[in-house]
Amino acid sequence: MTRASVYHAYFHSTVNADIDTDAAHDRPLIEIRDLYFTRGQQQIFNGLSLNIERRKITALMGPSGTGKTTLLKLIGGQLRPAKGTIYVDGQNVHRLRRHALYDLRKRMGMLFQSGALLTDINVFENVAYPLREHTRLPEELMRDVVLMKLEAVGLRGARGLMPSELSGGMARRVALARAIVLDPMMIMYDEPFTGLDPITKGTIVSLIKQLNQTLGVTSLVVSHDVEETMSIADYAYVIAEGCVVESGTPPALSKSSSAWVQQFMRGHADGPVPFHYAASDYVHDLLAGDSA
Amino acid sequence: MNTRTQEILVGLFVAAGFAALFTLAMRVSNLSQLDTGGGYQVNAFFQNIGGLKVGAPVTISGVTIGRVSRIWYNPKQYKAEVTMDIAPSQDYLPKDTSASIYTAGLLGEQYLALEPGGSLQNLKDGDVIHFTQSALLLEEIVGDLLARMTTK
Amino acid sequence: MIDTIRSLGRWSLNLFERLGCGSIFLLRVLVGLGSLVTRPRLVVRELYSVGVLSLLIILVSGLFVGMVLGLQGFVTLSKFGAENSLGVVVALSLVRELGPVVAALLFAGRAGSALTAEIGLMKATEQLSGMEMMAVDPVKRVVAPRFLAGFIAMPLLAAIFSAVGVFGGMFVGVGLLGVDSGSYWSQMQAVVDLHADIYNGIIKSLVFGFVATWIAVYEGYDATPTSEGVSRATTRTVVNTALAVLGLDFMLTALMFGNPS
Repeated sequence: MTRASVYHAYFHSTVNADIDTDAAHDRPLIEIRDLYFTRGQQQIFNGLSLNIERRKITALMGPSGTGKTTLLKLIGGQLRPAKGTIYVDGQNVHRLRRHALYDLRKRMGMLFQSGALLTDINVFENVAYPLREHTRLPEELMRDVVLMKLEAVGLRGARGLMPSELSGGMARRVALARAIVLDPMMIMYDEPFTGLDPITKGTIVSLIKQLNQTLGVTSLVVSHDVEETMSIADYAYVIAEGCVVESGTPPALSKSSSAWVQQFMRGHADGPVPFHYAASDYVHDLLAGDSA
Repeated sequence: MNTRTQEILVGLFVAAGFAALFTLAMRVSNLSQLDTGGGYQVNAFFQNIGGLKVGAPVTISGVTIGRVSRIWYNPKQYKAEVTMDIAPSQDYLPKDTSASIYTAGLLGEQYLALEPGGSLQNLKDGDVIHFTQSALLLEEIVGDLLARMTTK
Repeated sequence: MIDTIRSLGRWSLNLFERLGCGSIFLLRVLVGLGSLVTRPRLVVRELYSVGVLSLLIILVSGLFVGMVLGLQGFVTLSKFGAENSLGVVVALSLVRELGPVVAALLFAGRAGSALTAEIGLMKATEQLSGMEMMAVDPVKRVVAPRFLAGFIAMPLLAAIFSAVGVFGGMFVGVGLLGVDSGSYWSQMQAVVDLHADIYNGIIKSLVFGFVATWIAVYEGYDATPTSEGVSRATTRTVVNTALAVLGLDFMLTALMFGNPS
């Protein structure tokens, strides 16, 4: 078998398989119905329901602490909901047995906030990790795939570096290369823009857009960076208090009638979410002292 | 630290561990003195075996030629019966050999000492030693001494 | 009064919960050991960090413990004129007790705490989570090799400790204090029994290795994924291993040496 034909077989089988199933199922890739989840004393989700459409970039936004990362873990099957169901590609995630769950995860890519690279191996080995674990590709083919993915994120030259030698942005790009190495049907991005300088932020934004357009990969972006997210999202959900407050396309959201959503989208310091923490009268507090 | 060096060092470590185990077995324990079996068994009856234990050495002129393998009370003879395993090479013991229980050192373990007799026939597997001397018991010695002192 | 009972009850329930959690985790690890047959490289790497890197402290400690035994043993035995039995004292103390126990305690301090910290940090930096999302079972890839390596390394380290200690005792007794070299070894060889002493000592160190490594990997896997959580987990490893080893030592000693035949 020539190398070209091996390539052809590899890509044909993974990419085209996705397209065939798309034609068969018009269902959204991810369906969340009536999700309830508690952590400790806090009720994180209160009957949350939403759909993630295939081959689109969907954004999940909301204030810090609403459990957006928790939602990604629930979708990936790492956490179990108290009530409700999550369907990924037609399968009920939490009813799957371990083996089937692992098979499903191979088709999901996840980009963690910190990158979550394995610190004891270099960049090349990190990206090659899923290939080594789940496929029996010959070494040269593996090398080619890894280099192609690194080239896609612009870090082919950094392949010999150790994760400790990478900047935050570079680490996230390597993690992205690793997330796409098995050509997944979807990628979940957990706060991909947080803590990055403008150039790196712009790089990640364009990479997410590019991957969605060229690979047709369904993208789920969890973020509270409104501007960046709105610039690439096809659809967005705003989540607060454990359920969906508002949803729609970016233009629709910016014209939303909800004052709360407007405050969130424009980043106003005061509005429905008050600036001041609940306190007694100001003048009274100053003049009367603490004994009052 | 490349993989090859690591693997060599791990190999050395495991080898050192086994070498230590080997040293302990060979030089520290009594392995060299354990018989590999194949010897013959001889029985002896004693009035009192004192502190003799299974595994105690069986000696002749101080040289260990076997081990005690079984001690039990024989209700038919009303005596304690001791079975000893003797090394196959030591097959020269005459039939009238005597067996005594002595103590090694002041606080030491008790052992069986054999003294050859003059018979022309030798002990074989399953034979019985008829001349035995029981262990010396402290109470008996003291009682004996007291008896002698009071009957002057 | 009620409060004390309540907190005592809560503490006991907590203890049982952790024990149960740890046991289920142990089962997962033992099942995961099967996957290591195809990946011996992983075990070799862990054997290096757990075994080879602990060698220095084991050698030095073994030597000093042996030398102290030689010295103390000589001082006491010479009161009874029994200095030539020094070999027996040194060898029996090391092979039966000090070898397995002290080596296990040193192991907990050096290798056990390192294992806990390593696994805990991987948890805190989301590497374990990342592996799960890449459909790789972190118990099989990260925990199982470390567990097997600890279990293999422990008896080897204990044997090295005892062997070095015996020679340390010889150095002090024969070399410095004038005990007869021949008596040192011959008396030792007459008394130390292969089955009763050496085998039992090895069994002890196998048990200690199992328990010490189990505690180390469990605490790491169960740690709260913050820097404070990891440091607390590391401390717990050392303390819990020490308690477990000493408790088990008593039980094993009673079982093995309790009934003189």
